[in-house]
Amino acid sequence: MSTTLAIENLSVALPQGADRALALEGVSLTLRQEEILCVVGESGSGKSMTANAIMRLLPIGVGVAGGAIRFEGRDLLALPEAEMRHLRGSRIAMVFQEPMTALNPLRSIGDQIGETFRTHTSLGRAEIERRVLGHLEEVRLPDPRSAARAYPHELSGGQRQRAMIAMALALEPTVLIADEPTTALDVTTQAQILHLIRDLQRKKGTAVLFITHDFGVVGEIADRVAVMQNGRLVEEGRAADVLDRPSHAYTRMLLAAVPPLAAPPARPVSAETALNIDGVSKTYQTRGSGLRKRSTLALDNVTLSLPKGSTLGIVGESGSGKSTLAKCLVRLLTPDTGAIRMNDVDLAHLSRREAKQATARIQMVFQDPYGSLNPRRRAGELVAQGPIAHGIAPEDARARAKSLFALVGLDPTATERFPHEFSGGQRQRIGLARALALEPQILVADEPVSSLDVSVQAQVLELLKQLRARLGLSMVFITHDLRVAAQICDRVAVMKDGRVVEEGLAADVFSAPRHAYTQALIEAIPRRRQPLF
Amino acid sequence: MTGFFRLYARSPSALVGLVLLLLVIAMALTAGLFFPKNPLALAGPPLLWPFQDAHLWLGTDNSGRDIAAQIFHGARISLLIGLAAMALAITIGIILGALAGFYGGIADDILMRITEAFQTLPNFLLLLMLVAVFGSTLTTVTIAIGLVSWQAPARLTRAEFLSLRTREFIQAGRTIGLGDATLIFREILPNALPPVIVYASVVMAVAILLESALAFLNLSDPNVASWGNLIGLGRAVLRTAWYVSAIPGIAILITVLAVSLVGQGLNDALNPRLRGR
Repeated sequence: MSTTLAIENLSVALPQGADRALALEGVSLTLRQEEILCVVGESGSGKSMTANAIMRLLPIGVGVAGGAIRFEGRDLLALPEAEMRHLRGSRIAMVFQEPMTALNPLRSIGDQIGETFRTHTSLGRAEIERRVLGHLEEVRLPDPRSAARAYPHELSGGQRQRAMIAMALALEPTVLIADEPTTALDVTTQAQILHLIRDLQRKKGTAVLFITHDFGVVGEIADRVAVMQNGRLVEEGRAADVLDRPSHAYTRMLLAAVPPLAAPPARPVSAETALNIDGVSKTYQTRGSGLRKRSTLALDNVTLSLPKGSTLGIVGESGSGKSTLAKCLVRLLTPDTGAIRMNDVDLAHLSRREAKQATARIQMVFQDPYGSLNPRRRAGELVAQGPIAHGIAPEDARARAKSLFALVGLDPTATERFPHEFSGGQRQRIGLARALALEPQILVADEPVSSLDVSVQAQVLELLKQLRARLGLSMVFITHDLRVAAQICDRVAVMKDGRVVEEGLAADVFSAPRHAYTQALIEAIPRRRQPLF
Repeated sequence: MTGFFRLYARSPSALVGLVLLLLVIAMALTAGLFFPKNPLALAGPPLLWPFQDAHLWLGTDNSGRDIAAQIFHGARISLLIGLAAMALAITIGIILGALAGFYGGIADDILMRITEAFQTLPNFLLLLMLVAVFGSTLTTVTIAIGLVSWQAPARLTRAEFLSLRTREFIQAGRTIGLGDATLIFREILPNALPPVIVYASVVMAVAILLESALAFLNLSDPNVASWGNLIGLGRAVLRTAWYVSAIPGIAILITVLAVSLVGQGLNDALNPRLRGR
């Protein structure tokens, strides 16, 4: 197969004061005709920077320091801006991670796809309309006609990504660059989009540069794989070779950190229950009057119990109500009906004052390591705040914060630093220390590892397991990622549209799912199917 | 702090603003030193043009008072009114905006309707009414200016609170049992403050202008040497001795410009999204 796009010894310089001088250091890659090349790496590896360098869409202050990008016999880096603009969209197209922000919210989908034709071709209106519909049909949007008239917010995340792909492929480009195109999507939608990209790639013979952090996705879609670390290419080869016989230590480490889908054998759990969720329902009402008033049933009669010292996983896709349930447990939301019993106290029916005392025993770890810590407070203060609010002397609370830092594997002298001075994984440890500062019996963890790199994910999960044993914690672990759930949960509840559709021992649910939805979820997890060649 | 100053000092116009503002402050501080006598006392012949007399280098007004002395002492009055009125307006604005934004619902509806009621009245007319009712001493004028300037800071604070209160760190604060007052003043407010601080410079500039406008209409405190009073006085002799109005006019222009430039500089330095451009 001949080479379509060749990156030769590319270096990209970061502005002064960044954590390293070069975002990319001597990267050489070739993308061949009719293949999918996956570029994998953790955050900061330079994989997105590579894509942006090809499109000449580098952030302000970041510039190419050396090398060449050859495409159809020309060096893209030396091309005048006007020619580059002509190439973008027509010869090289790009699909982004978040279709909601990549689409213009004020214009209809059909109008935005049509714009590609209006910019790059001289087709008539009727012809453009015909082609737009054809492309929307090709990406298997149900009812292409109404999709063309729809605005971005009227479509679901998966539909928006389909529209983005239709737009990118509109002019039949030779190269498609996809930057984490399925990361923001639910697992079942992700599976559909991956299939779609592969089918269209085969049909049209496009060369695809697919950027991802997920080795499951790599196994699903890649012909060849390139692994990046800290701006360098560490390994490149055929997918089967790299996945089965990784030659570089970093690749081996990344592959080892991907959790297996099978749950470990069940641990013996206590017969006592730490938490009883009994018939909890919650309806969201949107503000408005008369006909405009809408209500959504977020939790529908959820009944679950958490054995003492165990972990109950709650898995589901976005909109399944799993986060609403977490918020009800810590009384960020008050359930409409039902009871949440901990030590014979019904948390759902306490006054605000009583709830403040009771919820010290049930604490929460949040998803976003960036958004869940107040950027203007020192790390130690963040941890000491809770005990101080519950009447502990500030000096004692600060001393406890230091010992908690040690407990969660942080340097106790780091309490004086601000959140932005920590990495994502370290911030998640601060959040954990904050929750543990009130000595809770139950920890509610809402997607605690979802925004972390896979190697850091493994470390945080290991820490949670250790703490569970050491402090005798019971845990409610909310996640969309079944692999993660399999690692840490004793029992698993699968939620869909506010209902629990299946609940049981983790090993049972993963090896022999009973409900059709659970089966679909497990089937959709990206992984290697058959040998590719 | 030095890091912040370096960030601020990257913009030349912000530095110019800071230098001008320091100059005005220096004038206010040294007024008693250079002009120890009452600035409203007679000092020489009326309508003496500037640079005619070494002792009265900016000349005299229609009743023979030293313009330079009035300009220096007027800097005190203008800065005092600007700062005090701004502090009042920002305090009211932050409290109402914070309550409306944090609690939402009915509290938000009531507070915002009150804010809108104030906003629909032209603030200068409201100011005239307040001064007409409560008299025009320095204190009442300052309070009145503060009372007509809090609406925009209130809306700004509310908008910041509306977006910050749903953030995860606020939810985290709730789950560890922090009270509402702590959440509002110690958790959200420090994060909401930068745009409000920047807007405070606008409020201060407008406050200085409002006082001058009142003085021009002879409605400000006549017993203090304010720039506005001097402009109002010069109005009668605008054709023959334009400098009487022009000199305090330039002083006001420089002060308002300085405050605005400093505000713009603060905005650029406090807004992380503009960094690196």
